[in-house]
Amino acid sequence: MKPLARLNRFFNRLPVNLAVVILCLMWIIPTLGIFVTSFRSREAVRTTGWWTVINPFGKAEIEGQAEYTTYCASCHGESGDLLPEANLSDPELVANYPRSNRLLAVLRREIEGKPHLEDPVLPEDPNAALEELAPILVYMDTLAGGEKAEVGKLGVRNYADALVGYKGTQDYLTDCEQEVESTLTKFDCSASDLLNPEGMGSAFWNTLVVSIPSALLPILFAAFAAYAFAWMDFPGRMWIFAILVGLQVIPLQMALVPIARLYSDIGLQSTFVGIWLFHTGFGLPYAIYLMRNFLGGLPREIFESVYIDGASHWTAFWKLAMPLSVPAIASLGIFQFLWIWNDFLVAKIFLSTNPVLTVQITNLIDPRGGNWHILTGAAFLSFLIPMLVFFGLQRYFVRGLLAGSVKG
Amino acid sequence: MAAPKIMQQGRVVPWLYVLPALIVILVFIVYPTINTVVLSFRDRRGEQPASVDCVEGQPCWGNFENYRYALTHPDMTTALKNNALWLLIMVPAVVGMGLLIAVLADRVKYEALVKAIIFMPMAISFIGAGVIWRFMYYIETGTGEQVGVLNAILDAFGIDPIPWLSQPGINNLALMMVGIWLWAGFCMTILSAALKGLPEEVLEAARVDGATEWQVFWRIMFPMILPTVTVVITTMVIIILKIFDIVFVMTGGNFGTEVIANRMFKLIVTDTGRSMAIAVLLLILTIPIMIINVRRFREQEAIR
Repeated sequence: MKPLARLNRFFNRLPVNLAVVILCLMWIIPTLGIFVTSFRSREAVRTTGWWTVINPFGKAEIEGQAEYTTYCASCHGESGDLLPEANLSDPELVANYPRSNRLLAVLRREIEGKPHLEDPVLPEDPNAALEELAPILVYMDTLAGGEKAEVGKLGVRNYADALVGYKGTQDYLTDCEQEVESTLTKFDCSASDLLNPEGMGSAFWNTLVVSIPSALLPILFAAFAAYAFAWMDFPGRMWIFAILVGLQVIPLQMALVPIARLYSDIGLQSTFVGIWLFHTGFGLPYAIYLMRNFLGGLPREIFESVYIDGASHWTAFWKLAMPLSVPAIASLGIFQFLWIWNDFLVAKIFLSTNPVLTVQITNLIDPRGGNWHILTGAAFLSFLIPMLVFFGLQRYFVRGLLAGSVKG
Repeated sequence: MAAPKIMQQGRVVPWLYVLPALIVILVFIVYPTINTVVLSFRDRRGEQPASVDCVEGQPCWGNFENYRYALTHPDMTTALKNNALWLLIMVPAVVGMGLLIAVLADRVKYEALVKAIIFMPMAISFIGAGVIWRFMYYIETGTGEQVGVLNAILDAFGIDPIPWLSQPGINNLALMMVGIWLWAGFCMTILSAALKGLPEEVLEAARVDGATEWQVFWRIMFPMILPTVTVVITTMVIIILKIFDIVFVMTGGNFGTEVIANRMFKLIVTDTGRSMAIAVLLLILTIPIMIINVRRFREQEAIR
């Protein structure tokens, strides 16, 4: 191809490529945003946008420096040694304040009748004041020769916080290192903290326990029914199947209250068995429909030959139909699994005592946006399995989607 | 469904295969549906007839009192209006976006990658998507920097930040954007498969005859994939009618973003009668789609 023709072709295709790239960016950026945020410190998330992490020329900010400059630098100096009686770069002095509420108490105390801080004044709200103070301690530690804690530094501490359900002012791992009392009363600082019912760790386990049986049970029931609809003759099968097609779109909102009442009568409320059965019920019409279409599409000759050989339906089902429908079962299983993994409404109503991932995330949401670092980590924990399933088994996923909607 | 004659079996055997599934469906779908209809005519505890809630001198629909709420109460009319908005704006937008991406992706070499990217949101939960977009729409009302992408962009251009989720007029569109982001991949996948199934000779013939790409698409491709487009639209309509999680997690139905399913959820404990009436309303709205689906199924069976 001549260079000119090649150039021409490049420019002809440019608009299409540009449009596609822009669309892809629009689709990636929201997820990328919370992915990056989930690795940033609380302080960093609060003060700068996540995209600043990507900026390679950005100057690394040292954690707490901004707060220290605001409150302390005018008296104690940039390096903390201006006032000899309170040398903030003295490691022994810093060790006196293991928690920022100690620091808060000291700062609120008056010195010779005058407030410790004249300008600026600490926020009145003790929580807000603590939030402002926590980074100062980190910076004082830095001044005293500790490691520099950079604001921009990325780490997995948010994931630890999310997994154990930490709700304090620092972070779980740091609290455990410093043996902070309020944290030690709630946590053991060992693997057993993962079982804390307020954490994403236990929610992850609950979700797994809900999803796997709820995905397998409807397939088992559906396989038998679908086989009969495809390869047996019985009165009314056409009608029953048409009704099943109609039932697929019944909103599950129709069943919530009656089933909840039924469960409380027979003691199944807030049990895993209860939620398995509910998902089985609502998964069945679609599962039967999909499996019937698949089984019915298999060549008639192979079934004829085994019947002529004297095989029973039972044998034909297990030895012929089931092995052949592995692709359909895989698609259906993945679909149902993801659907249940991502469900919120049913879990919220039928499993209130053992929150699943989606329910736990809604518990974490802070309307004022104060805990993005934990919330984003929690959200990504909930994406882990769906993403693995999706990227690992995309072929089956798409096939299931197409079989359900197009072939009909 | 032509009955395959070769299958020899007794009268009982087929039912042994079918009944377990049918019983589960009866218990978990059919019985509750009927029960919900019954409860929708009862009071808030589901014990007495709904007419006990009537007050002298106030408008009352007798035993249909819960339906008076579901159809005329301001909270519900907002919800109904919003669901209608979602249907009118979001369904065409998401199907159009899916179609656009399907057509565009077909023309680039990295099609598989594009599809995976657009499709990815389908794998995650509505709740997770809600968190993702809450962060996109986040507004810093204090003195700090804007850390939400959209308001940071506005900030960079010197425009005042917008409270995307609490400003009426904008917030419904902001929620629909989340829906489009979630579901465009679904529409794209199905429409793309249909487009790829079109016979190449027909399209080539049109191009040879001098049709522009635009004409080829609207005069030939689009009419040929119309049945698939209908399937995608009906699926999206069902999804939109039941839309709940996105609204619940992002605005809780406040600031004029209420939708039917969220209203139903809010009342489920405090006022069963009204909640069930709303559920029945939802069911009634899905019936046309149900009929379309069953009719399409029977047509397909007739061809088989």
